[in-house]
Amino acid sequence: MRTRFAARALAGFGVVAGVVTLTFFLLRLAPGDPVEHLLGPTASAEQLATQRHALGLDRSVLVQYTAWVSRFVRGDWGVSIAKGRPVRTLLGDAWPATVRLVGLSLLLSYLLGIAIGAVQAQRRGSRTDTALSVITVTLFAVPGYWLGLMLVMVFTYWARALPAFGSSGLDADYLTGWTRVADGLRHLALPLATLTLIGVGGCARFVRGAMIDLAGQPFVTTAHAKGLSPVQVSTRHVLRNALTPVVTLLGLSLPALFSGAVFVEAVFAWPGLGRVLVEAVQARDYPVVMAATTVSAALVVVGNLLADALAAWLDPRLR
Amino acid sequence: MKRLLRDYRGAFGAGVLAIVFACALGAPLVTGGNPTAQGDIVATRFLAPLSTDVTGAFHPLGTDRFGRDVWTRLVYGARVSLGVGVLAVLISITVGVTVGALAGYWRGSVSLALLGLTDFALALPRVVILLLLAALWRPSTALVVIVLGLTGWMGVARLVHGEVRALAARPFVEGAVAIGARRLRVLARHILPNALTPVIVAAALGVGNAIMLEAGLSYLGLGVQPPTPSWGNMIASGRDVLVNAPWVATAPGVALVLVVVACTLLGDAVREALEPSAVSYQPSAPPV
Repeated sequence: MRTRFAARALAGFGVVAGVVTLTFFLLRLAPGDPVEHLLGPTASAEQLATQRHALGLDRSVLVQYTAWVSRFVRGDWGVSIAKGRPVRTLLGDAWPATVRLVGLSLLLSYLLGIAIGAVQAQRRGSRTDTALSVITVTLFAVPGYWLGLMLVMVFTYWARALPAFGSSGLDADYLTGWTRVADGLRHLALPLATLTLIGVGGCARFVRGAMIDLAGQPFVTTAHAKGLSPVQVSTRHVLRNALTPVVTLLGLSLPALFSGAVFVEAVFAWPGLGRVLVEAVQARDYPVVMAATTVSAALVVVGNLLADALAAWLDPRLR
Repeated sequence: MKRLLRDYRGAFGAGVLAIVFACALGAPLVTGGNPTAQGDIVATRFLAPLSTDVTGAFHPLGTDRFGRDVWTRLVYGARVSLGVGVLAVLISITVGVTVGALAGYWRGSVSLALLGLTDFALALPRVVILLLLAALWRPSTALVVIVLGLTGWMGVARLVHGEVRALAARPFVEGAVAIGARRLRVLARHILPNALTPVIVAAALGVGNAIMLEAGLSYLGLGVQPPTPSWGNMIASGRDVLVNAPWVATAPGVALVLVVVACTLLGDAVREALEPSAVSYQPSAPPV
């Protein structure tokens, strides 16, 4: 078990290194560079060349690559070319907003999804099941950015109840205590609702399918034969076993903590990592794109490893 | 087939997709307008659904900020969105089936290398790669198709790999080998046709997923470029006029949801019709 885990961790490290290398060379291959974006269309060739030299962008790609890697592993992530701020500060400032939003929505959508899926499996074929199926399959199909726009239309423009943009009001710095918390929550409401709703569908469908498949297994028949009540059987025996693959699903969702909310953050002008990444890609801001990609690839790998470890802990057969 | 259509989900999915495909293919028949035509913008823009403009043209879904008919754009946009979805999935399936079949049938170093490649591609953060590729090169419809196709084949490869490995040990394959059939022939004629069931299901789900991702990229301005209508860039163009012309963003979104629901239901129904005993759940990455 331990050696297998170590081998997988090593392979994961290889994946991250591969992603980073791929991204680095893709960035350099693409037309356009950060200097053109920085100096604008009126800059002369000479000005562009001077600025490229100053940033070290005129060296060979291989030299730039080794230089970037050796600095990155020592913790020097460089300075954003477009914004002039250190990359670590830039990512550090954006990341709490994303974690707050995506972390809460993952928690809510999995709790709700498991509950809905369990209810559906328990009452398979009933009207409740059909109605919930229609709802979950629809939610599963709704693109986040469009649902976000619809919620903005209803709750911001029509009902005038909730703010649609940013993570706090313009006057947030002057608010204190509970009013400040309330302001934050009001701003969180719509993006959180959007991300939670689009997550619930997939999770509920998954849990329902898993529980129904397990309900036909011999150990469930045994549990019924022992005289356990249907609720005991479905919670302790069926649901518990259905949760193992759900953990795998959760592990696959972890990278969303970093990048998955890109589209929803764009709709709500949420000051998170998704927005930083989109802006950096558009400005060819090499250091920011590289750091963001590395962290996000690392999260994918860590997410999968954690999910494996958790699944093994839940299910002894996987050890 | 009969069993598929008796299942209300299969009937609904197939019906919706048939109607949408028919509208897209026969676009000039279901709408008289031109998706990019602009007339007197001031007089024809932001007309509400079911209204008639100064020239007497009827607009069932209203007009957008340039006075273009939303229904016409929706129908022509279906060509683009469905086309992108189907072509992207064809690419992913071709790549996925090839990789999965080779890895499943040729054991040893070929298999290890291909499985390693699959795992590596699976660990790439898809949205990030999509953003990078779409933003770095000049956005175009062809680029979106290729990028979506090349980032979506890994699930298919894994499915096919598993099926092929299991089938390769079956007696009828041994028989084919024993009468002297070459390996490629055994793979293509005996194994693959039996391994394609899960691929059909994955394709149905994949089309829906690809359409959603295309719309997402177009929404960020990185996909299909205006004035060519796609559902994603139509939603994006309605973003700024939600207050005075909500129908511009609502119509393409509803169409998108309907098509993705239809794909999902059809996929579910096909799976149950083809192999009733199959495990009906598969972990997959979260939607966008």
